[in-house]
Amino acid sequence: MAEKPIQGEKRVFMTGNEVIAWATVAAQADVMYGYPITPQNEIMHYWTRLAPKYGKTFLQTEDELSAGFTTIGGVLAGRKCFTATAGPGNTLMQEPFSMAEMMRIPIVAIIQQRGGPSTATVIYSQQEVTLTTFGGNGEGHRIVYSPSNHQELFDYTIKSFNTAWKYRFPTFLLGDGYQAKMREPLVMYDPEERGIELIKPEVSLGNGMEKGHYNHLRNTFNTEEELYEIIMSMQEEYERIAPEIIEYQEYNCDDDLDVLIIAHGVVSRAAQEAVSKLRDEGYKVGHFRPITLRPFPEQELRATAQRAKKLLFVESAYGQMAKLVKEALFGLQLEAETLYRPGVGITSDEVIEKVKAISQQ
Amino acid sequence: MSEEVSVATNSLPPRLPKSYNIESKPHKFCPGCGHGSVLRAIAESIDELGIQDRTVYGCDIGCSLLSWDFFAVDSVQAHHGRTTPVITGIKRANPNVIGIAYMGDGGGYAIGSQHLVNAANRNERITVFLVNNTNYGMTGGQMAPTTLPGQKTETSPYGRDIEQTGQPFLGPEMVAAVTGEGAYVARGTTSNFIQLKKFVKRAIENQVNGKGFSFVEVLAGCPTNWRTDAKDTWGRIENDMANYFKVGELKVPAKEE
Repeated sequence: MAEKPIQGEKRVFMTGNEVIAWATVAAQADVMYGYPITPQNEIMHYWTRLAPKYGKTFLQTEDELSAGFTTIGGVLAGRKCFTATAGPGNTLMQEPFSMAEMMRIPIVAIIQQRGGPSTATVIYSQQEVTLTTFGGNGEGHRIVYSPSNHQELFDYTIKSFNTAWKYRFPTFLLGDGYQAKMREPLVMYDPEERGIELIKPEVSLGNGMEKGHYNHLRNTFNTEEELYEIIMSMQEEYERIAPEIIEYQEYNCDDDLDVLIIAHGVVSRAAQEAVSKLRDEGYKVGHFRPITLRPFPEQELRATAQRAKKLLFVESAYGQMAKLVKEALFGLQLEAETLYRPGVGITSDEVIEKVKAISQQ
Repeated sequence: MSEEVSVATNSLPPRLPKSYNIESKPHKFCPGCGHGSVLRAIAESIDELGIQDRTVYGCDIGCSLLSWDFFAVDSVQAHHGRTTPVITGIKRANPNVIGIAYMGDGGGYAIGSQHLVNAANRNERITVFLVNNTNYGMTGGQMAPTTLPGQKTETSPYGRDIEQTGQPFLGPEMVAAVTGEGAYVARGTTSNFIQLKKFVKRAIENQVNGKGFSFVEVLAGCPTNWRTDAKDTWGRIENDMANYFKVGELKVPAKEE
């Protein structure tokens, strides 16, 4: 077998899907299960080229249901497994994701958002926020990272495996078609060489009495009370670990603000650029970016939002991130404006224009 | 009446397979249900092949769900129709595992048929047991893909009209057609346990030998939903069902020279 895929630090210029494939290899993932759908296909393309060199495997399944459930099987066998999907595939995968949620199965799924609803476009959107954070017939006991550049695609793919196996909640890297397809420079590295400990997977099924007992795993229960106990203890644990997982970034949010722009993912880049240009022109504007959409940085956003005269929600969806934001800010007397562009990219100029319009009110 | 004597002190303990989970016995199936026989054949085969600690047993939703803690082996209960991909995922990730997927006719031939067809076509090194009792038992006796022509169920109350709903599904015939070399395909019946046991064991052994996809459909009774007594239940399995669903081995891997 070949040596470590990445030795030392490697400066590269590549597409987001290629970055993710490299990151999964660097994270020592064992198996990818997948089904073709745009815009995630190249994750499979690069994985199938890289995997055999490092003793890793791939299975192209018959559909996304199967990709999700085989991923669950592989994780139960004690291997680091992942899948990747988008749009209608994400819709189908909510079934296996809900099983993973109920059974605390640490699967990792890369979601490259495309336009919706239905087949819509193969290009780009931020319309899978609600589906990825709260899809399925459950309570959203999931962890969702929303990266905004290629360095983060690499960093948070590696982190997703560690988070999943440490906390045993299904973990998602929520990218999008733009991030998937565009090329950008970044530094790839071996996580262990950087002192990042890779959490070892645990075998649930297939090693018999080696673990001292046979496991009988199920997601069906006989009574309401039995289920209630399980959901409540899961909720309790989710709330307990949330502060350890929550991540966010603030740009120019130190003083009082006329406008606070809230945006996530690739749209955050437009917001950052807008803030920087508007600051040069003397506008008191800042930007808050949740990196984890689940759990959501509630307390952190509440503290910052209260120093702003007005909020501006910016996203390539019609208020899906805003729902999470409003939930977090519940009870505060705040005013908000919106820049919603479902399924369409957002430029810094559009954000600037909107902020200026708000400021003239 | 003489003094009461407990069964335990007055009889020999039953001879149960080693791979039975004693804590879940007696099992949870209805009186006269066929699942018990199939599960016993699986347990005896696991014992005889000495694979208890390598086995992962997966069960579907439907009555098969009630077997989630039946065995003293690593077990997982999946979603309706999704046991085949869960076991496939386990086997692919750890080829040392002996993966068994257990399901009903609804799980295998309706909601999970795409998984069965494709796992068979890929010749996955897993073993699938599918219990055919010609109806959805757990949900109250609805029509299944295997419901016989004219058979009354909750969703075919005037009898299954095959003009409207198609022919009863011939699973092993389909699996035999799409699998490659090394596959094992058979149809057994709970009315012939000795033969059934032989098929079940061969289907697991075929995986142990790493040959190919292994599939056994088993004809079984559902007296609760059929509303049949013992005689009619047995008669339906042995005659009506066996006349339509031919019992026997459909595909056996070539013996190595």
